[in-house]
Amino acid sequence: MPKTLVQEFTKGLWEELPPFRLVLGLCPVLGVTTSMENGLGMGIATTFVLFGSNILVSMLRSIIPQKVRIACFIIIIASFVTIVELLMQAYTYPLYLKLGVFIPLIVVNCIVLGRAEAFAYKNKVLYSMADGLGIGIGYTLALGALGAIRELLGNGSVTVWGDLSYNLSSAFPSFQPFSFMVQAPGAFICLGLMLCFINAIGD
Amino acid sequence: MNDMVKMVVVLTVLSSVAGGVLAAVNKGTASQIEAQQLTFVKGPAIKAILAGSSIDPIENRFKIIDGDVEKSFFVGKFDGQANTIAFEEFGKGFGGDIGVMVGINIDSDKLVGAAVTVHTETPGMGARAKDDPGFVSQFIDLPVTDAVSVTKDGGQINAISGATITSRAVCDAVGKALNSYKKMKSQLHEEIQKVGK
Repeated sequence: MPKTLVQEFTKGLWEELPPFRLVLGLCPVLGVTTSMENGLGMGIATTFVLFGSNILVSMLRSIIPQKVRIACFIIIIASFVTIVELLMQAYTYPLYLKLGVFIPLIVVNCIVLGRAEAFAYKNKVLYSMADGLGIGIGYTLALGALGAIRELLGNGSVTVWGDLSYNLSSAFPSFQPFSFMVQAPGAFICLGLMLCFINAIGD
Repeated sequence: MNDMVKMVVVLTVLSSVAGGVLAAVNKGTASQIEAQQLTFVKGPAIKAILAGSSIDPIENRFKIIDGDVEKSFFVGKFDGQANTIAFEEFGKGFGGDIGVMVGINIDSDKLVGAAVTVHTETPGMGARAKDDPGFVSQFIDLPVTDAVSVTKDGGQINAISGATITSRAVCDAVGKALNSYKKMKSQLHEEIQKVGK
């Protein structure tokens, strides 16, 4: 049974939520989620690339020859990544400095290539748009959630874009920041616990 | 055969279009990116070196083409005299290029300071080149004629412990800056006079 547009969009938010349900694209998930802001920024950049590359791949799917499709996908994806990189440098420079090498690494993010290969190359433009946007937003939320948990436990407070902030010590005055959570091993443990939690309530 | 031609044509056209679009975006964002770098990376370094200048060094900058690169020079004015310039040079560090903003007083031919702008060194080790003001303060008042190197190489700069490569890279960048300065001195004097007025 063919899915509707809405279903293609919402599957990225839960059913096929990339880092937790498919366990894909984990490198940035572990690398940049030291704070909620970094996680969301990375997610938005990936969403832009995913959305753009899905549209283009879908539009060109009848022209791109089967044998060189991966090369064509990579050209399209790499172009979008470079555009994102330049735009971030031009408008959100501090975030660009923090995300550093992870922005160019979106090129090799398996989610982006995976969606181009598995979905956009076989489906109509509108459906590919819905798919790209859904998966992208799901990815952004997942990164944001993981970043929020790690920042909250590791720093004792969460700050997003300077104004929105929450301090854990207002609720628990005796809370001591657990800096282990913002280091690399904390990322693995936090991700593992989230996977466990999501699998437990998943089906 | 037909298939072959199609592959070549599609790949060629796609690459060319991608190249064209990227060139356009690059051009369109270049001035905005420069402004951002001035505010977030070079700005703080320039302010640290040229603290106390009566004019804003970032507004009073000029560019000189040296070989095939264009360099920006920032002018500071002290005691009514536009006599200090700051510009950036790069050295090869442990994790990549390290940018060092170097300030030189053109009247006394002495360094007024140095500050690290961009780096990808290890936090807590090489990154101290930027975070620890004690290290870069060693460059203050060195004459431009001196060769700059770390004590391990027979020089005058105490390296950051555990980060000799980083320290060498910073010395290297400062050395390059001194060479560019000596090479372009007359040209710099000319340009700085225009700002002084």
